Amino acid sequence: MAFEDQRTTVYKINPEHPESETLPTLRTEELLLNMGPQHPSTHGVLKVILELEGERLVKSTPVMGYLHRGVEKLAEDGTYHQFIPHTDRLDYVCAMYNNFAYCRAVEKLLNLQVPERAEYLRTIVAEVQRIIGHQFWLSAQALDIGAMTVFFYCFRDREILLDWFDELCGARLTTSWYRIGGVERDLTSSLIDKLKQFLDYFPPKIDEYQVFLERNRIWLGRTKGVAVISAEDAVSFGLSGPVLRGSGVDYDLRKYEPYSAYPKCEFNVPVGKNGDTYDRYWIRVMELYESVKIIRQCLEQMQDGPIMADVPSVTLPPKERVFTNLEAMIQQFKLFSQGFDAPPGEIYCGTEAHKGELGFYIVSTGGGKPYRLKIRAPSFVHMGAFDHMARGYMISDACTIFGTYDIVMGECDR
Amino acid sequence: MHPLLQRVQQTFSVGITGLVEWRGDAAVTVSRDKLREVALFLRNDPGMDFDYIVHVSSVDWPDDEERFEVVWEIYSIRKRHRLRLKTRVPESDCVVDSLTDLWKGADFMEREVFDMMGIRFRNHPDLRRILMPDDYAEGYPLRKDFPLRGKGWRDTFDFLDEVPR
Repeated sequence: MAFEDQRTTVYKINPEHPESETLPTLRTEELLLNMGPQHPSTHGVLKVILELEGERLVKSTPVMGYLHRGVEKLAEDGTYHQFIPHTDRLDYVCAMYNNFAYCRAVEKLLNLQVPERAEYLRTIVAEVQRIIGHQFWLSAQALDIGAMTVFFYCFRDREILLDWFDELCGARLTTSWYRIGGVERDLTSSLIDKLKQFLDYFPPKIDEYQVFLERNRIWLGRTKGVAVISAEDAVSFGLSGPVLRGSGVDYDLRKYEPYSAYPKCEFNVPVGKNGDTYDRYWIRVMELYESVKIIRQCLEQMQDGPIMADVPSVTLPPKERVFTNLEAMIQQFKLFSQGFDAPPGEIYCGTEAHKGELGFYIVSTGGGKPYRLKIRAPSFVHMGAFDHMARGYMISDACTIFGTYDIVMGECDR
Repeated sequence: MHPLLQRVQQTFSVGITGLVEWRGDAAVTVSRDKLREVALFLRNDPGMDFDYIVHVSSVDWPDDEERFEVVWEIYSIRKRHRLRLKTRVPESDCVVDSLTDLWKGADFMEREVFDMMGIRFRNHPDLRRILMPDDYAEGYPLRKDFPLRGKGWRDTFDFLDEVPR
């Protein structure tokens, strides 16, 4: 035998053919293919080792950690306030929601009540961020699959919101706008007007995105019935967000463990049936409409009031007072140099970010720094199910599956 | 006391070393040899029904006799309650039962704990480093005795000299 490799099978094209001896033989073997780390559809630097039989995926092994920066270790070295900008760099597409999840966790640790207006502001901005996240996801996923037009339409509308963020906090992506106990600054009337304009402008645009895709035969062919995962498996793998809801589980922390201003708003949680890529796409598009609804209700219900809890030992003073008032300056200085004294204990606080459940597990032994901070990143958990979901599909579907997780490696590798 | 903790306490007479409720979070600490039994109960008992794994984590307490704490945070989608299951391992024998067969998602999460803290999981299907490189030789970065700036491994990298023009 010429081929001793166990994986190799030798076929004669037709053994009964009289000239069989002189016919060539066909050899098949499993092929090992490295996908990434530099592949445009891996949304960052991710390598997957694919074992292939023909074009079918037999086994895929994600190799992660190219973007590992040791954020959890860094957290142990800084104060609670100093960690907020680090959270921007987790899921760098949607920094606001990371800030939100982190601040909520610290507030739970401190048992800190946030003023009502701040809760509304947080909800509004979080939902704006959710729209940006879903737009980004939709454009990237469609681009991966080959539908380029949607990308331009999504980015056109995303730009409006990024400019809105720019006006709100001075940054488009790394925002750091949330603070422990409240938010950094209030919405100005110009921002509110712009947001209202956007809310009127945006819903027809969502219809437009759908027109491009829902009657597109290639899009349907490459999403319907691709990367199917059953509800039971999805729960067992710990998937969350649209990836879990696509399988028909209505797990949404905004409804299950209501927080911020969500319990005061009426909205639906879209749930899929088939657990395939198309259902997850549909959920995200429906969530765009729901986000618009939530923002509208918050803008209507929001009353004037403070935007920061008044607990001088923990919360930062308003910036304009820092520069004019001695006590406020001392407060600011002490909070940033020593931090505040957190009570000893441990908490876990999960927040429904647009990718899924973003949670922070904080262990405190007292003092100004967290003793241990663990980030439960949805992208990392979703990668755990990659092999299971990719098995039996074609190589080209691997890109679809990365896309359907809405994976961002900054969050996955931390 | 939290009803879940009460239930766990009633079911297991030995092996439960700590029941804590703080800020609404319930946490059970079990001894290492009872971990699997308690986890099976939490997974399969109809009143508990913990079907969802949230995260697996670890905490280093260098001054304690049993140095490492391994944490599984679990949730029940149907019952909508959450619980933290913890166990302690000494440094000399850093092995704990893997719970990957109960919650599939624990696979990657336990690998991360191994990578970061050096705790081995018995019967884990694929216990390799996940975030750090496979040939990483400095140890386990999230241990408290690991310096923030690393142990000098990076200084051994070859850097290109300035490219001559």
